[in-house]
Amino acid sequence: MNNYLLQVKDVSKYFGRRLIFKNLNFEISNSGILGVSGDNGSGKSTLVKIIAGISSPSSGIIVHNDDGKEIVQEKLHNYIGFVSPYLVLYEEFSAYENLSFFSNIRGIKLDRERADFLLEKLLLFQRKDDYVKTYSSGMKQRLKFIFALIHSPSLVILDEPTSNLDSKGKDTVYQIIENESKSNIIIIASNEQTDLNLCKREINLQDFKIK
Amino acid sequence: MSAKAYALYLKDFRSEIRTRYAVNSLAMFVIVATSVILFSIGNETITQSLTAGLFWVVIFFSAMSGLSRAFVSEEERGTSLTLQLLAAPSTIFSGKLLFNMVLVFCMNIVITILYSALFDGFAVRNLTLFIVSFFFGNAGLAIASTIIAAIISKAGAKGTLYPVLSFPILLPLILTSVQLTLMSFEGASFSDAKFELSIIICYDVIMLTASYLLFDFVWKD
Amino acid sequence: MAWKIFLFVLLAFVCIAGIAFPIVPVPTKWYEFPFIPGLKENAKIIFFHVPTAWLSVVAFLMSTIYSFKYLKNKNLDDDAKSYAAAQLGIIFCILATVTGAVWAKFAWGSFWSWDPRQTSIFALLLIYGAWFALRSSIESEEKRATLSAVYAIIAFLTVPFFVFIMPRIMKGLHPGSADDTNSGPVIDFKMNANMELIFFLSLIGFTILYFWMWNIGYKSIIYRDRINKKYRG
Repeated sequence: MNNYLLQVKDVSKYFGRRLIFKNLNFEISNSGILGVSGDNGSGKSTLVKIIAGISSPSSGIIVHNDDGKEIVQEKLHNYIGFVSPYLVLYEEFSAYENLSFFSNIRGIKLDRERADFLLEKLLLFQRKDDYVKTYSSGMKQRLKFIFALIHSPSLVILDEPTSNLDSKGKDTVYQIIENESKSNIIIIASNEQTDLNLCKREINLQDFKIK
Repeated sequence: MSAKAYALYLKDFRSEIRTRYAVNSLAMFVIVATSVILFSIGNETITQSLTAGLFWVVIFFSAMSGLSRAFVSEEERGTSLTLQLLAAPSTIFSGKLLFNMVLVFCMNIVITILYSALFDGFAVRNLTLFIVSFFFGNAGLAIASTIIAAIISKAGAKGTLYPVLSFPILLPLILTSVQLTLMSFEGASFSDAKFELSIIICYDVIMLTASYLLFDFVWKD
Repeated sequence: MAWKIFLFVLLAFVCIAGIAFPIVPVPTKWYEFPFIPGLKENAKIIFFHVPTAWLSVVAFLMSTIYSFKYLKNKNLDDDAKSYAAAQLGIIFCILATVTGAVWAKFAWGSFWSWDPRQTSIFALLLIYGAWFALRSSIESEEKRATLSAVYAIIAFLTVPFFVFIMPRIMKGLHPGSADDTNSGPVIDFKMNANMELIFFLSLIGFTILYFWMWNIGYKSIIYRDRINKKYRG
């Protein structure tokens, strides 16, 4: 069983002098699915980027705890899996090369079994040696899931996970999310009602603006 | 840490072999710049100090044509986010620095061979001094141009801005390197060049430290 | 208010005294300046040229300090302060370069001769120019602030190298430089007491003027940002 704790404490974000959200507080531990909703431009992507440590908040802190020990910023990327429409993989490499470079840059050996399992599950196994530039947008989106899950992260962040996917792809993805949520924390930022239906808890960013 | 940076370097290297984005433009630039200089000299014989200066002119502008690629290509394709999710900023910087180092060394070795074949004034008398100063000069060039590349990759007007931003930063290095190259032509001993060598080593160390400390700010949104 | 009148009187006095007081071989009256060999009447530029050069360096230093502060606290006001300092810095830098070049035409025979100080101020101009070019190419306020702060700090680190290598590469012509034989260190030996007094009054006056302008400059940037934000909603 996973023992992960994510705490968001008094987080505010400004772009320049424009307020995005203010005084966000929540906590999620061990496993489960948290939904983040809000209109376009309400800061969903910004919030998940802050949680993933890619952006920094204007004020407040994010604490990631694993087994009661705080994770330092420099190590955080190894605990997080991230999927989003603005994530881009290397087009000049094949899916398999992408995955093996990613593992090497993380400093771990590529887990071939897990890679094959995920490729199979996301219906990419046949095409694993083709260049990513020959993929359709739906296939790229599915490959991003493998990118996010290959290192078995404890916290999986999905920003609009079902964009560009057909209904078959969506079903596969929902199945994977269900599976992962048994042992890991999943955060879904989306406007799709079907995505948000998976979530046990939901945060609406509209509530954290100053009216 | 170093293994990860090396993995990132390998990724860039493989990508470079497939796309040949930096190498082609670099090679062409070296050829174009050298031939322009040769044409303008014509049949004149030029002094050694001018040869040393022209040597570094070609190095500077060739570096400016290719070294920004390390970060600009990631930013343009949108893969910087992917890298952020894969490794700590210091790893990214080390990997990119390693890639630029290799690029600078290959480029400058080619330029040196071209110059010694084509310019009469390019006659190195103190070879060890030349190699030592060549090494530290190239290292400094790679370090400073890597951090400037990181800065401009996040800004607009990437192509034109790169030499503009790099020149004032590289100026002390280039001035000292020209001096050292000239000394190696004149056959000066190490003790004559002690001051210049220590300047260039200080430059490398200070730029490397500052780049590592400041890269976090550049890299994170 | 009182200090503004004081500043006006001070600068007016410096301007009049600096230009009008005569230079004589042996000063006897309180308003007479001594004759400095190699500088002659040209020596009077010291009252205007040196303060501008001094302020272009002070502005660069302040710009770097506020850049550092910005990176530490991420407060956009610090960026405005750094920007305002650099704006003034580039003006003073151009003034120092131009006054110096004009003076050099009469003292050394040509406008530009790559003296170490000329090369250094040229490098400073390049740094300022590059810094503004970088700023104008970035849309987002925060990114602009962060990247220009990083660049300012890196550029600042190159300054000591100029100080060390310039004299090795080129001969100094500038009064006060180490191998300047005819006019020597000007401030220490060649100026008499009242010339020194006016020189330091000028330095103080221009420095106060700089801080006043800087204060207005950064406040106007901050207010403009606030107004922009208000109207953009």
